[in-house]
Order: sequence, then structure tokens, then C-alpha cells
Amino acid sequence: MNMLKLSWKYLISKPLNTGLNILLLALGLAIIAVLLLVQDQFESQMDKDAKGIDLVVGAKGSPLQLILSSVYHIDFPTGNIDMKEAKAVSRNRLIKNAIPLSLGDNYEGYRIVGTNYDYLELYEVEFEKGKAWQKPFEVVLGQDVAKALQLGVGDKFMGSHGIGSSSHEHDHHAYVVTGILAKSGRVVDKLVLTSIESVWFTHYEEDEHDHSAMDRPVATKGFPNTEGDREITTLLIQYRSPMAAVQLPRFINSRSSLQAASPTFEISRLFELLGVGIKMIKGLAFVIVSIAGLSIFIALYNSLKERKYDLAVMRTIGASKKQLFFHIVLEGIILTGLGALVGILMGHLFLSILVIGQEQGALSSITPWVFLKEEVWIVLFAVVVGVVASIIPASGAYRTDIAKQLTK
Amino acid sequence: MILAKDISFQYDANHQFDIPDIKLDEGEELLILGKSGSGKTTVLNILGGLLKPQSGTVEIGNTSIYDLKGAALDKYRGANIGVIFQKPHILSPLTVEENLQLAQYFSEKREKHLIEKMLNDLGIAHKKNSKISSLSEGEAQRVSIARALVNNPKVILADEPTASLDDENAAMVIHMLKEQASRMKSALIVVTHDQRVKEHISNYILMGGVS
Repeated sequence: MNMLKLSWKYLISKPLNTGLNILLLALGLAIIAVLLLVQDQFESQMDKDAKGIDLVVGAKGSPLQLILSSVYHIDFPTGNIDMKEAKAVSRNRLIKNAIPLSLGDNYEGYRIVGTNYDYLELYEVEFEKGKAWQKPFEVVLGQDVAKALQLGVGDKFMGSHGIGSSSHEHDHHAYVVTGILAKSGRVVDKLVLTSIESVWFTHYEEDEHDHSAMDRPVATKGFPNTEGDREITTLLIQYRSPMAAVQLPRFINSRSSLQAASPTFEISRLFELLGVGIKMIKGLAFVIVSIAGLSIFIALYNSLKERKYDLAVMRTIGASKKQLFFHIVLEGIILTGLGALVGILMGHLFLSILVIGQEQGALSSITPWVFLKEEVWIVLFAVVVGVVASIIPASGAYRTDIAKQLTK
Repeated sequence: MILAKDISFQYDANHQFDIPDIKLDEGEELLILGKSGSGKTTVLNILGGLLKPQSGTVEIGNTSIYDLKGAALDKYRGANIGVIFQKPHILSPLTVEENLQLAQYFSEKREKHLIEKMLNDLGIAHKKNSKISSLSEGEAQRVSIARALVNNPKVILADEPTASLDDENAAMVIHMLKEQASRMKSALIVVTHDQRVKEHISNYILMGGVS
């Protein structure tokens, strides 16, 4: 027998009351845990995917949409831009590197991105199998795509037009897998990468009949060589100097029909917008935790009335005042400590349910069973709630007048 | 073994209790008889270290218990004084055995074999893992006796131990108390208004009530 066991026995002698209190507290803490996990992983994922991209240039429209579609590949593109104009912009002396992207097709919901080798370098990819594309219609698959669709090097498939998975298929030319990327934990895991020429050839009828073009090697750097009027979707830009951050966006936005957006700026704007909602949910979580604390206080306070006699008996058989105080505080701590553990578990469980069936969405990068340092704070916070809730009942136990209780 | 001298106690100016000096050696028995309101329970509380008198001393095993402070008195009481109440007052969330373990835990004695022995002696060993709610009244009273005696106390104090029991159980409880007290060489003090107990314990004093 020890204090912990004693307090535990008293708690489980009222299973419903105890269970309800634990559940209520767990619910509040689960919400906090989910918020912590999502915020942490979402933000770090956002940072990881935008690393190395200083500016995105695309068609006029919502700058946030431009960033989401061409950096994170979650929203629809704002439209296409003329390649000649893009080329002109990219020659600016403030630009170190400009990577063209051509979007618009998908395979089974995974986006097909036409680009050059710079994009592979940007994300520091490594090949698990095979090598990069060299001719039109050769593609490289991100790890998640290859796994989900069970495709290997040499396999062929038909792309579909549009970003979503339900659009019509291009039935003229099949893509051939030439390489599969190793898992990187970045957005490329979920993409089908190919040359810009591949995307053009699926969309421009005249090229399809120029069969010699199919065997010509594609451009691996810069823009593809062509005389025709061609379009791309966006340019990912790396600055040469910090000066560029001041001059370049303004220059592009005012002097051309293009739009420039900075990932860092747009994402912090996005979090600002989401922030209101997150704050409200957080507030709700704290209200629930406070109610749980109050409920624990009431439960302990009420049980104290019923237990005055038990406490007096404990004193007669040798318990000191401090031990009785500790006995009640320990009940509060056990309740809230368990509540915290159940809450954290619930949070992770909730997140893992949320992630199921989200292979391609914005939440797909979240790993539910990663534990954060902050979760230790949740446990500590809960224990503090337990101590605060039990301190008044415990001092009641401390002051129990044995003789008076026993003669009642 | 137990010595109470010059004790005076009053709840307020009009309720002065007249408390006789008490001296018992090991193995001796004493019955304190009196009507309700005569201060019997007050005496018992004072002797048990539960209620500090206004003046006078209570010595148990050569220790003046009211000179002990706070937790020291609690531990001394737990280890050396066994108190039995009118109602069993066993802690219901615990099992029979755990009630006895708790008494040892609080008094900081760790003699497991005494628990087994006490349960056997009082014939409740088969109930050791039972919940308190499943016990009969006689069994419950035996558990409370076992809990009071599990630390081999120097003094056993029983407050109306037979009041709610029928003749048969009352005789059994008194018999048990006497037997255990003499085995452990403890001083036994029974406080009661129950005349049936007089047949078993010849040495008694009468409390006169409020003076």
C-alpha cells in the first residue's frame, strides 16, 4: 500500500465520475495537441517546400493562388503566360536562376509538372531507380506516386487533362517512366515530373504530327528551343542578391502583364488568415480544459464531504495531516495526468483518422505519430490544473478535526 | 503501560468533564461505563491522542503523547494505539487486506506476516480480498478489530464496540478483544453503556456525566 495506490483506489471506486472527468479534460487537451501538431508540421512542411524559391512569376490573379498552385501544388494555376515574355523577365540581372513550370495535366490525380533539371536540383532529389527524362514523354515519378500507383521504370500510362482526377484522358501518346525518386519528404514526392516539351506535345496538335520532334532530346536547362508562340505556367525565381527582393517584384508587377508573388509573404498572409480560426479553436480548447478543472474541483470537493469520516479514520490509524493533503492532491494529479495522456493519444488518433484518404491533399504531408516537445508541456499544464483544482479540497482534508468527525 | 493523570477537559465553561485518573499495566483490562453524554467518548479521544486535554498528561509506554507534535503524534498513535469504533468504519474503496496494509503503511510498520496472522486469528482470512460491501456486520466489526490490532498496539481503545450487535456477536467481539489483548500484552479499555459487557470485564469505572 502506498499513497498512489490509495488515491487510485478512491478514484476507481467512482468509475463514472472519474471517467467523465478524464474524458472532458482529454477532449480539451486533444484539441490543443492537434493544433500543435498541425501547426508545427504544416509550417515546417510549408517552409521545406518553398526553400530556395524567392519569387514566383505567373499569370495575373490571386497571388496566394499562384503560390499554392506552383509551389505547393494544391490550388489551380492562375493561367498561363507567354514564354517569350517569361524569357525576357528571366534575363533580368537580379535573377540568378529561373525555373519554368508547365502545369495542367494529371495522372490519377497526381499532377504532371513539365520543367527542367533545375527543378530536380532545387529539391535536391535523389533517384531510387532509373534516371531523369531525356526525350519527350519520358517521366520521373515521386516516391509517393510510384508507391500509390505501383508503377516501375519502363511502365507506360496516359495522362489526363486538368488538375483533378476526373478529367478526360489524352489518348494520343503514353508517358514512359524512366526514373523513380527517393523519398524526400518534400512536395516532389507527390508529383509526376517531365519535360516542358512533353506537356506541349500533348496539347498542341501540330507537334503530334511532327514525329521527328518526339525523338529529339529535350532542354535540360533554361527554356526549350522553339520558334512558335508557346506558353508556360509559371517561373520559379532565385534572386542573385537581396536587392532583388526590393526591386524585382515591383518591376514585374508594374512593367509586364505578369504577376510576381513571394512565397514567404503569401504564406505568412495565409497563416494570418487562418490564425483567427486557430485562435478561436484554441480558446475553445482552453474553455473545455477550464471546465474540466472546475469539474474535478467539484468532484473532489463533494467527495470530501462524504469522505470526512474516512479521512478521520486514516488519521486514527497513523496518517498525518500532510499525508491527507497529499492524498487529495494526488487524486487531482492522477486525474489530470491520465487526462493529459488520453488527450494526447486522442489527438494523434484524431489526426491519423484525418490523414486517411488524403494522399494528395494539403494534409497528406502530416505524420500523425510524431511526438513533439510541446506535448510534455501539455502534460505539465494538465498536472498544474490538477493541483489547482485539488488544493482547496486538500486543505479541507488537512484541517479535518478527527475527534469531532468521529463523535458525530 | 497507560497512565492518565489530572486530566481536565471542557468544550465550554458549562461542560466541565470530570475525568478520573487511569492507570493500566500491560495485559490489564478496564471498562468505562456511563450514559450517553457522560463524556465517555471524550475520554477515549483524549486517551487515544485524538483530542488534546486542557491540562494533565497521558503517557503510553512512557511517552507523554501530547508532548509529541503533529505528524510524530500521528505516527505514534498509528503504531501504539488501536482504536475500534462503534461502527466498523472500514475504508470501502479498499479490500479487507488493503485496509490492514494501510494501517501498517501509515504507521510505518512493515510486518506483512502480522496481517496474515491477524486475519487468521479473527477468522476472516477467507475474506481478505473481498470488498467491504460484501461483508456481514459481524465480519465488518472483525475487520475493524483486525485493523486496530495489526500493529500490535500497546493500548487498545474500543468505543461502544458492541452497541449495534446482537448478544451472540457482542459476546464474540468482547471475547476476541480480550483474547487478542492478552496475547499481545496490550492494555484494553472499553468504553460503553452496554451492561452486557460487565459480565466479561470486571474492572470498571463509572463516568458520572456532566458535573
